[in-house]
Amino acid sequence: MGYPYSHEKEVPILSEHFGDPEARTLEGWQKRGGYEALKKALGMSPDAVTEEVKASGLRGRGGAGFPCGLKWSFMPKDSGKPHYLLCNADESEPGTFKDRELLRWTPHQVIEGCAIAAYAIGAEQIYIYCRGEFFEATQVLATAVEEAYEAGILGEDAMGSGTRIDVTVHVGAGAYICGEETGLMNSLEGRRGLPRVKPPFPAAVGAFGMPTTINNVETLAAVGHILKNGAEWYRQWGTEKSPGTKLFCVSGHVKKPGNYELPLHFPLSELIYDVCGGIRDDNELKAVIPGGSSVPLLSAEEAMSCHLCYEGVVEAGSMLGCASVIVMDHTTDIVRQVRRMAYFYMHESCGQCTPCREGSAWVVKILKRIEEGRGTEEDLDTLMEVTDQMVGTTICVLSDSVAAPVQSSIQKFRNEYLALIRRGERVGVA
Amino acid sequence: MAENGQNTETVTLTIDGRTVTVPKGTTILQAAEELGTTVPHYCYHAGLSSPAMCRLCLVEVEGAPKLMPSCVTQVMDGQVVHTESESAERMRRGVLEFYLVNHPLDCPICDQSGECKLQDYVHQEGREHGRSREPKRIFGRDDFGGDVLFYGDRCVMCTRCVRFMTEVEQKPLLTVVERGNRSVIDTFFEQGLEEAEWAGNVVDICPVGALVSKDFLHKARAWDLDHAPSVCPSCSQGCNIDLHTRDNLVQRLKPRANLEVNQYWMCDYGRGHYEWMNRGDRLEAPVVRESDRSVAMGWSEALEALKTRLQAASGGVKAVVSPYWSNEDIGAVVDLMDALGGGEMVFRSPRAEDESVLPGFPNLARRRDLAPNTTGLAALGASRVGDDGARGGLEDIDAHSGVLIVLGDALVDVTEGFAESAELTVYLGAFESAALADADFALPITTFAEQEGTFTNHEGRVQRFWPGLQAPGAARPAWLVLGALAGAISDHEAPIRADEAFQTLRGRSSLFEGLSYESLGTRGARAGEPATVSGD
Repeated sequence: MGYPYSHEKEVPILSEHFGDPEARTLEGWQKRGGYEALKKALGMSPDAVTEEVKASGLRGRGGAGFPCGLKWSFMPKDSGKPHYLLCNADESEPGTFKDRELLRWTPHQVIEGCAIAAYAIGAEQIYIYCRGEFFEATQVLATAVEEAYEAGILGEDAMGSGTRIDVTVHVGAGAYICGEETGLMNSLEGRRGLPRVKPPFPAAVGAFGMPTTINNVETLAAVGHILKNGAEWYRQWGTEKSPGTKLFCVSGHVKKPGNYELPLHFPLSELIYDVCGGIRDDNELKAVIPGGSSVPLLSAEEAMSCHLCYEGVVEAGSMLGCASVIVMDHTTDIVRQVRRMAYFYMHESCGQCTPCREGSAWVVKILKRIEEGRGTEEDLDTLMEVTDQMVGTTICVLSDSVAAPVQSSIQKFRNEYLALIRRGERVGVA
Repeated sequence: MAENGQNTETVTLTIDGRTVTVPKGTTILQAAEELGTTVPHYCYHAGLSSPAMCRLCLVEVEGAPKLMPSCVTQVMDGQVVHTESESAERMRRGVLEFYLVNHPLDCPICDQSGECKLQDYVHQEGREHGRSREPKRIFGRDDFGGDVLFYGDRCVMCTRCVRFMTEVEQKPLLTVVERGNRSVIDTFFEQGLEEAEWAGNVVDICPVGALVSKDFLHKARAWDLDHAPSVCPSCSQGCNIDLHTRDNLVQRLKPRANLEVNQYWMCDYGRGHYEWMNRGDRLEAPVVRESDRSVAMGWSEALEALKTRLQAASGGVKAVVSPYWSNEDIGAVVDLMDALGGGEMVFRSPRAEDESVLPGFPNLARRRDLAPNTTGLAALGASRVGDDGARGGLEDIDAHSGVLIVLGDALVDVTEGFAESAELTVYLGAFESAALADADFALPITTFAEQEGTFTNHEGRVQRFWPGLQAPGAARPAWLVLGALAGAISDHEAPIRADEAFQTLRGRSSLFEGLSYESLGTRGARAGEPATVSGD
């Protein structure tokens, strides 16, 4: 059930117990079928667990959508080295608030998924890297980990299986870039949170230089359900390329913002107008960011025909990302919005790569000037070209995240920029 | 696998249409280097790790979805690389434009101007005009301590300096503070580079004018400097250096790459000890004491007179030589002593209490032995006397009744009337000295900075140096003067070129066995070891 609102079209699997404080406790969780999946997994071979997840087609929920089982299968066998599983709970993408809810309502769901994944990849040690600002979620998670240890679910003999599974909750200091997988590893190791050059990929050289798999909280939360009910069961929702359900974090100008768990390939229009109760004051829709602020904006028209699955959103001209839907009505000042997003990325750029470090700040300066009514039409060309130089030229994709909203907004809302540049007209400002 | 355990597997690839075969594990940037193609770069430095963050060395690799950082991408068989394709050049133009968004463009007052990689690359292939018209970010200037001054606005954030301190000197005194566009290199609070002993290298490896030397600040423009390959005279390590000179003065010393001796580095101690090369109190003409007066004269006349006096002398020869003079100079002293029937040779040299090792390359240290050629001197038969301050130990010399030859040692600690008992005192030196009062012959010679020659370092490596300064007045290399004398006395041909003087060393010590002046090249060699080509 969605939180704080729910809707009949939801398929509450991961979110079934959102809002239910009893599900937070070990006892309550076990009453709700918890840790059955882990027990089942521990009775299978690690490869069989991986195969099951592979067959389910579960894709990474952190944004890139990389097939989860495939990622696990990259882990070396018999490497003789310690393996690590990292759970990425550094949820920082503006507009995203699903992992926080998963952690604070169903911490055992996440721990269970982590334990299954760790077993599958041969890791004894799990690190759950929590965003620094997640005070409540971290508290709840830490308590749950303690409970799980006391019950023998974690520890040197996890559920009596003879397998050691340890969980360490690590709290970050609140940098966006530490949510980037290799930046997270550096941060975990006590270094600056700078993304690393790939290759080598984490499965070869990851945290502490050892083979590592890193998964998003929501991905791992789904793993337990897949193991318990089977890959085929999971595939009853969504499409061939995007099976299963997904938490959609809807924010912005809708009547009922919040988390909704829906089957993938759900129509965006239905999400806005039905599930979320429509736009506030029944205003006109202007734009939607479908996957968190780092993906291109969709115009109202594009949004209306968009289906929320990985391939569907790409078709519409954007990306599903982590399914953080930001809805903007006609009162929205797009220039200001985009400047605000670019400012975020400028502020959060780690500063390693020149295009990102210099480009993001330059873009913000131009946008600010335009916003203040001192822009020129050439500025729009400059913005397009400068952001073009920022795509695909850096170690991680933060740089691309600056380019996406800037380029898409200039392409789709050029008039709004021009109104500001030519006549000083700003949307939403009398 | 070769016998020495090194992997000799090779990989053949094509770079800009030319084929090259390199050892497996080589990076594209290094492979391009083999072909003489320099892929522009800032963060990459051969002596440091590669973070691949400047994004300037991106090249097109056929089949790769994106441009690849050539500094960390290893070569693969059959790989086809384009460093000058349209996409690679467009990307470089873009990155260079980014570098200039906040750069102050203060080249007219920047010490790096003329040897600045930002200047070079932008002139090579940057945009004619940058498109930014925004106000620039301003960091200002910061004193990092030691000899290092930081101009934050010029910084390209390559972090070479941070990595040098962390990886090579292994005293992490520099770091990047803040994030993103606010990133700036800084020291830790009040702790600066004072306690570093190799921090001068961060000035060398800074590709722009962000880190500059206080000593060199605004002293000379890079294009006005002449560079002479040389060897650092401040300890027995023998770091390969360049003398940077202008107006016949050494303006600064810079390390010269030699992977065997000093890699790319030199210590702050050696870097800072060059002012003596510029001393103005020079001996400029041969001066001969005739009964109660001293007479300046030309070389022919002076040497003729000296030859006569030497031939008439009877009491044997003793020599005090200086380890700051070359193998050839000392060899010529030996030649002269031989011509006069043999003698004894001593030297005094300063020593530090301990070594200062560079942790990232432990073969490199500021050695205890603070003179460049004690090994050469010892090999040629000189014995060390005196204390660690290069004083004392000359009691025997003082009482010597025969011929006394002093080469280079300023005899700063001797009192008036030194060597009064000597029959004949010949002083060959570069600078004014109190000892001159007692000399029968005072002959002006050149320092290592004004002549060609070789030093032998602590491990017996013989390394050549070249003159960076013009000799003052009539000063000549000691080997030329002494060689002429020895030749005249024993009636053989005297060396008139440095290589001929070097030839005379062969047979004097096994350290010179099998070495030829030519084959020493710019990086030197050790007897019995094949000459290696390394560095750069």
